[in-house]
Amino acid sequence: MKQSLPLAMLLALLLTLGLAPAARAANEAEFKAAYSAAEAASKEAAGMRNQWTVTVSALAAAKKAADGGDFDRATAASKEAEALAKASIVQATSEKEAWKAMEIR
Amino acid sequence: MKARSALLLGSLSAALIAFALTSPRVVAADKVDPAADAKAFQNFFFQKFPAVKHEDFVNGPYSMNEDMKRQWQEKEEFPPYEFALDAGKEMFATPFKNGKSYADCFPNGGIGIRQTYPYFDEKEGKVVTLELALNRCREANGEAPYSYVKDEMASLTAYMAFTSRGKPMDIRIPDDPRALAAYENGKRYFYTRRGQLNFSCASCHVQSPGERIRAEILAPALGILNAMPIYRSEWSGMGTISRRFVTCNSQTRAVPLEPQADEYRDVEYFVSYVANGLPISGPGARP
Repeated sequence: MKQSLPLAMLLALLLTLGLAPAARAANEAEFKAAYSAAEAASKEAAGMRNQWTVTVSALAAAKKAADGGDFDRATAASKEAEALAKASIVQATSEKEAWKAMEIR
Repeated sequence: MKARSALLLGSLSAALIAFALTSPRVVAADKVDPAADAKAFQNFFFQKFPAVKHEDFVNGPYSMNEDMKRQWQEKEEFPPYEFALDAGKEMFATPFKNGKSYADCFPNGGIGIRQTYPYFDEKEGKVVTLELALNRCREANGEAPYSYVKDEMASLTAYMAFTSRGKPMDIRIPDDPRALAAYENGKRYFYTRRGQLNFSCASCHVQSPGERIRAEILAPALGILNAMPIYRSEWSGMGTISRRFVTCNSQTRAVPLEPQADEYRDVEYFVSYVANGLPISGPGARP
């Protein structure tokens, strides 16, 4: 029993090391897809002249985390950036008419 | 049967009359009418703040709060914009390398004309602001343009505003569909919500003047540009109209446009036009 514990730990370590590259590749692929979607939405918002500073910050945070190899954090930041960009697009679209409600007449 | 026909005919006539009466209103609501806008805009503020003298709106937050006004009046004895004013006067009088000067670029040698800016340039088909005209003057005379947001540009516009102090804002909209479109675009920009905070210019300066936003008291939109450029304690320095727009955008968490973007030129045209008749008070000082 005393001998089986270190053996189990060794096996677990070997297993982790063996799976790590595959997990990292999957995380990186997920990040790339999320970042690319966020970038596309952000470009659309900028094209509408309605980019938000927080979208730009979230995109930058995603890039920084990915550069440091933290793909979980990078993916989460990318998804946040995409959500923010999409909200800014909704805002710009609805404001095309909604601004009139604020006008002093 | 006759009664039924008469009823039907009567209803039809009533409907036609109602349509005839209402349809011109629908068209009129969408028609660009700057003069009516300016009247409504000014009346809104005059009614919202009946105790404020009309010419006092150009003093921004100081027109809304007696304590602040007293502090500002004391500060005006040694105004913080004075150094910029002196620098601007000297810069304005200093000839370019080719021997010409700013005075050669402007009507009346550039003195006492600030109240006519921005104007609609029918040749270019766009709004031209004073800041833009100053940089164009520099470039036409072989000089590098200045930053639009502070320092030299703020000093030059401070001096030019000072030579117009007390003169009523006098913005013209020529009978040109492009000028009306620029005005309308500026109006749209003014009322459009943007940024993560979902604020428009009007959210602060129409809906909430006199109210506090954190430590600041919001200025009314009416006459807000008449005091430009301004020394702001928050900036520890002078700022131009371009700086004001850029900062406002950032504060709502919207990425600012480039200084002198068409939208900024147009919104300056709109905000200045609706303040027609109110005196130029620039350069100003703000907390």
